[in-house]
Parts: sequence; structure tokens; C-alpha cells
Amino acid sequence: MTNRRPRLYERLRVTLWTLIVPPTLWAGHFLFSYLWAAISCAKAGEFATFPWLFVAGTVIALLLIALAGWVAWHQARIPGDAPPHQDSTGVDRLRFIAKSTLLLAGLSFVAVLYTALPVVFLGDCR
Amino acid sequence: MRRLAATSLLAVAGCNAHQSALAPFGEEADDTLTLTIVLAIGALILASGVAVLAWRAARSPKGAISHEGGMKLVLWLGAVGPAVILTVLLLFALPAMRPMSAAPGDLRIRVEGEQFWWRVRYDPAGEAPLTAANEIRVPVGRTVVFDLTATDVIHSFWIPGLAGKMDMIPGRTNRLVVRARKAGIYRGVCTEFCGLSHALMAFDVIAMEPAAFDAWLADARRASDGNEADAGGAAAFAAHGCGACHAIRGTAHDARIGPDLSRFGERRTLGAGILQPTIENTAAFIRDPHRFKPGARMPAYKSMAPADAEAIARYLKGLP
Repeated sequence: MTNRRPRLYERLRVTLWTLIVPPTLWAGHFLFSYLWAAISCAKAGEFATFPWLFVAGTVIALLLIALAGWVAWHQARIPGDAPPHQDSTGVDRLRFIAKSTLLLAGLSFVAVLYTALPVVFLGDCR
Repeated sequence: MRRLAATSLLAVAGCNAHQSALAPFGEEADDTLTLTIVLAIGALILASGVAVLAWRAARSPKGAISHEGGMKLVLWLGAVGPAVILTVLLLFALPAMRPMSAAPGDLRIRVEGEQFWWRVRYDPAGEAPLTAANEIRVPVGRTVVFDLTATDVIHSFWIPGLAGKMDMIPGRTNRLVVRARKAGIYRGVCTEFCGLSHALMAFDVIAMEPAAFDAWLADARRASDGNEADAGGAAAFAAHGCGACHAIRGTAHDARIGPDLSRFGERRTLGAGILQPTIENTAAFIRDPHRFKPGARMPAYKSMAPADAEAIARYLKGLP
């Protein structure tokens, strides 16, 4: 055993709250998309040729979801009891929540991409 | 294969090529039908695949499927597969949702929904507008821009064989850009409940070859469209005050309250797509429009002598 400093994903506490981070980011991005589209249509009547604000918001949402997924992936791999990880031990709880967070991060990542795609194809406000 | 699928879908539609999204005559409706066929075939393949898997899983002996194998199946067929399929579908469908582009010189047709008929105005670039009602003619192969609005309540404009529907909202003009591909006689309807006779609010759509359309437009714009041969009918029309609401080009009647009756004789239907435009039907409609169209704004003329109603009907029918 070495006395190395624990890594970031080991230092972070895992609670039920971390589970809702990816879906919340998706919901925030969804709201942001609607507001951005409504304001663009009201002020300019169309989407910009390169909608930098929208791209920036989407990239930030994707990066944060990827980060949450990365943390969850590492935490899900912390060794502990044998499968199926359903005992009421600390490590099982950790791995269960981490795995759930990882799956939600995947879903949220895809959902943010789907929300953003129409802007690539649709340019006007009709 | 596609033709076969389209033909069988047509059969399902009861062979109603007149008013059906399964019998398209415009570009947008064509794309929608293609998407529908792709979706239907895709759903059939997926459902069959799932059924086969379920059948095999139910028949395999206990222990034949490992826990790990099952989890892999869930991951690939339950998460990754659907995500990929939905992505492909989205990439396929989004370009089809892109509104067609229009150039400044394209023919514009303004259509206003009113309880329970359609006010139509052709606005060809650089030429004087032409007013009509309850019948829309479009040139095949040319881009047409519909400017859609309403005067009383919300209506919705839908020509199923041509394009998707578009709401008509009072105080707002919505744009629908279309391009017809096939000449023929079709039908459009109101698809937003707008009152008692909502279901009786339709219109004929005539897709014409461009040269025929130009000839028709030029002909329809002639100043004297009045039926001067029928002096008796014209007198009855004027005496009963029909001209207080209706207009007929080339006569003194130019009111804008009710449908424009110019060239009534060439219309395919009476009362916004609901009746055959015979003299008997027209006379009956004049005397009691609510019998055919509950809630219509036109007052009933029950006290009008049937002979007068018939004279007016004959006069209208004679409008070129």
C-alpha cells in the first residue's frame, strides 16, 4: 500500500444527489435550447449561421455530462464484494449508484445531442 | 419494392387518391410518405426480431443463457441499438422537416380561413392580384408560397397530397412553401376545429400544367367576367342584395364580406367543398344555407321565391 493522495474520483462523495447531475444537465440544456431558439426568433427571425452561444452551451453541457460519467465509471470499478452488488454495504451502495449515474450520463449525453441536432438542419423560425 | 408498398398503402386508403397523404402529388408529401414507409418497414423488422428472440429465449433450457450474455444483450439491443437507430432516423427525418425555400419571384397565394370557407388571392409577382374562393389552382413544377391567415378563429390548412398542415391564426401570417409534382384534382380540408361546420369546410385543389395555369390566370383576370347574357338572373342577384356581401368581377358588385363569386360556373363544388354545384343545389343553398352548413354566416333567404333563387343560381352557374 502506498500513501499516495487519493484521486479525484475517490475523494468525491457519492450520494443520491450525484445521480441526478446528468439528467439535470440535460434538462438545463433543454430549457436553454428553447430559450435560445425563442430569443433568436424574436430578435433576428432566424438562427445565426454559426450559433456560437448555442454551440458553447451544448459543448459545456456535454463536457459536464462526460465528466460526471467519467467519475461514475471510475467509482463503479472500485473493487469490493462479488457480484451482484446488492448488499447493504458501503461499497455495494457506491457501485450501484455509480453504475446508475454512468447509465444516466450516457442517456443524457445522447439526449443533449438529439436536442441540439435540429439547429444543424433547421435555420429559420417557420 | 417501394412501388409495391405505395400501391398497397393506396389500397389501405380506400383508393381515395383525391385527399390522402398516401397518394401524394407534391414534394413534401412524397418525402412524408417515404418516411412513413421506411418507419413501417423498420418497425416490422424490429418487432419480428424481438418476437424471434423472445421465442428463442422462452424455449431455451434453464441455464442456457448466461448472466453475462444476458447483460450484454440488454446493453447492445436495449441501449446502444435503439440509440443508433434513433440517431439514424433523426438524421433522416430532420432534413425532410427543413422548409422548402422560396424565391421573391415565386407565385404567392394568400388564403384566409373564415367560418366556414376560404378566401383566396393569387399574387403573381409583378402582376395584379386575383381574388377567388373555395378553390385553389397551383401550377405543377413551380414553387408556390401560401400566405396563410384567418379572420375569425384559428383554422388549419391541409392539402394531404401536397404537404403537411399549417395553422391559420388571426393576426398572424404563416408561410407554407409547396411544389406540386403531378397534375390532377385534389382536395384540402380544415384541420383545426373552428365551429359547427368545421367538418364541412373543404376546398378543391387543381394542379395544372404551368402553361394551362398561366392561360387560366390570364383568362380569369379579364375585366368583364359578368354573365351579361342572363339579365334576369343578374337583376334578381342585385334586387335581393346578394351584392352586399359577394363580389363578381366585371359587375358593380365588389363587396368583400362573403366568398367572391366570380367564375362561379367553373367551380367544382358549392359551399366550400360540400355540394355538387348544380342549379338545384345552388338555389336550395341560397334559400337555406344552414340546412347544408350549420352556423354559416350567410343569412337564410327562405322568403325568396324559388323562381328567383333558381334565376340567381342559373346566373351564377353561367359566370364563365
